[in-house]
Amino acid sequence: MAVDDLNLAVERGEIFGFLGPNGAGKTTSLKMLLGLARPTAGAAWVLGRPAGDWRVRARVGFLPEHFRFQEWLKATEFLEVHARLYGMPADARRRRVGELLETVGLSRHADKPLRDFSKGMLQRIGLAQALLNEPDLVFLDEPTSGLDPLGRRLVRDIIHSLRARGITVFLNSHLLSEIEITCDRVSFIRRGRIVQTGKLEQLLAAETEVELRVNGLSPELLRDAARFGQSVSLDTDRLVVRMVGEEGVPDLVAWLVRQGARVYSVTPRRLSLEDLFLRLMEGEEAG
Amino acid sequence: MRIPLIAWLTLQEARRRKLLWVGVVLGLAFLFLFGVGYYFMYRDISRQMGPNNLQMREVSNFFIMAGLYAANFLVVMVSVLASVDTISGEIASHSIQSVVTKPLRRWEVVLGKWVGFAAIVAGCVLFLGGGVVAIGWVISRHAPPNLLSGMGLMTLEGLILLTVTILGGTRLSTLANGVVAFMLFGLAFIGGWTEQIGSLIRNEAAVNVGIVSSLIIPTEALWKRAAYLMQPPALASLGITPFSATSVPSPAMIGYAILYTLVALTAALYLFERRDL
Repeated sequence: MAVDDLNLAVERGEIFGFLGPNGAGKTTSLKMLLGLARPTAGAAWVLGRPAGDWRVRARVGFLPEHFRFQEWLKATEFLEVHARLYGMPADARRRRVGELLETVGLSRHADKPLRDFSKGMLQRIGLAQALLNEPDLVFLDEPTSGLDPLGRRLVRDIIHSLRARGITVFLNSHLLSEIEITCDRVSFIRRGRIVQTGKLEQLLAAETEVELRVNGLSPELLRDAARFGQSVSLDTDRLVVRMVGEEGVPDLVAWLVRQGARVYSVTPRRLSLEDLFLRLMEGEEAG
Repeated sequence: MRIPLIAWLTLQEARRRKLLWVGVVLGLAFLFLFGVGYYFMYRDISRQMGPNNLQMREVSNFFIMAGLYAANFLVVMVSVLASVDTISGEIASHSIQSVVTKPLRRWEVVLGKWVGFAAIVAGCVLFLGGGVVAIGWVISRHAPPNLLSGMGLMTLEGLILLTVTILGGTRLSTLANGVVAFMLFGLAFIGGWTEQIGSLIRNEAAVNVGIVSSLIIPTEALWKRAAYLMQPPALASLGITPFSATSVPSPAMIGYAILYTLVALTAALYLFERRDL
């Protein structure tokens, strides 16, 4: 079973990141939300209707992971056909197709058949296809895979402009840097189960690593310092304390000074998303 | 309602992927060869018999039937080969995902494709079958009787194979699907012959084998009936030729074939609706 006991709520207007290693069940979950696959048990709702309801899809955009489109169509024709699949009227079609080719930077290639497109260009046209109907909700499955840095930047900018317009984005990715830059809230999925959900800010601030350059620390003092964090280590004059949140940092410094230690520098370091990801994925592996 | 759009897309794809172009060029080559061959045969034979001889009409009809028999085979090929990859291939390449996540129902996709390919099959019958008949008329001023019914049955034969292929595509890989479609056709083909020979030597078991095979897939039965309709009675009773009918499928077989097509199409719509993509 690819997905089991999955509970998830995405708020309107947020950029939601769905994170997990390959094979964790990200795409399967997304397929169920789009009606491409049926859950054996459970239910999901999209924009107030049961997942897979064909009427809801008029307000949804989707960029599949293994995007392969009708490669015998030219770029403009491809978007035109998909706009017709959305049931858009002719004038709206023409306007949107032109706009989106511009947005994804493919205006120059409007008359090129998709079979001559590079992987990055296909990804861009796929993204344009997902935005044709000015959707309220966009599902993007690994949108930056296969893109060069410029392409990734473009995708990021597009996602930001979607957020500015209040459009909800559901982003599947295993590229942590992308998630870190773009997402408001994330869920970590592992072997088909959610292991952590929350605002990215909070998840990352939950744990802080403070590095201090200190002189005059006795072994007793070091032992007592352990109450400020989960772990304490000292390497000559570099004291590293890992603690929950940042609130404990001033207390630690004040206490050290009171005990007669000389503090030269204090560098609090937040957990990186990668640290968090690896910990969540490995932590459970042991258990 | 996106059925016309999907049907249009199907035709566009056939055109863009050069299927139409190749079909027309090779079809013309086929008609040209038939025309040349028929012209010379007709010239020599009519010199001996005289063109208005009743027997000459039979001979003309025989040659035109031979052309239609070949055209019928080509229609069968086109029906299967054109559509064999359309659903399984789009599932395998995932390009189906960007289509079925649009605001339309999945059955519209299948039905739209069916309509598009049905147009290709019908066009193929008209072009190849109609071409043979037209060339026959130009050369010998003879046209087979019951042309409309005969060509209609040839079209129905193509549609059965098309529908079975579309049905297979919803569950099978492209390769397996092609094998199944042609095996079914081959089964009906050999069954049809067994029935003909059985009826000639009055062996009931052999006739029953034929009947069962035409129930499994009524393609050959339709051709036999089409062939029976499109030739004068004297020729039809000539004995054993690919288009003679010692045992003619009844009109009920046509009803069965239509029902068969409808059931297979419904099954295709249902199976595609239910599967994970």
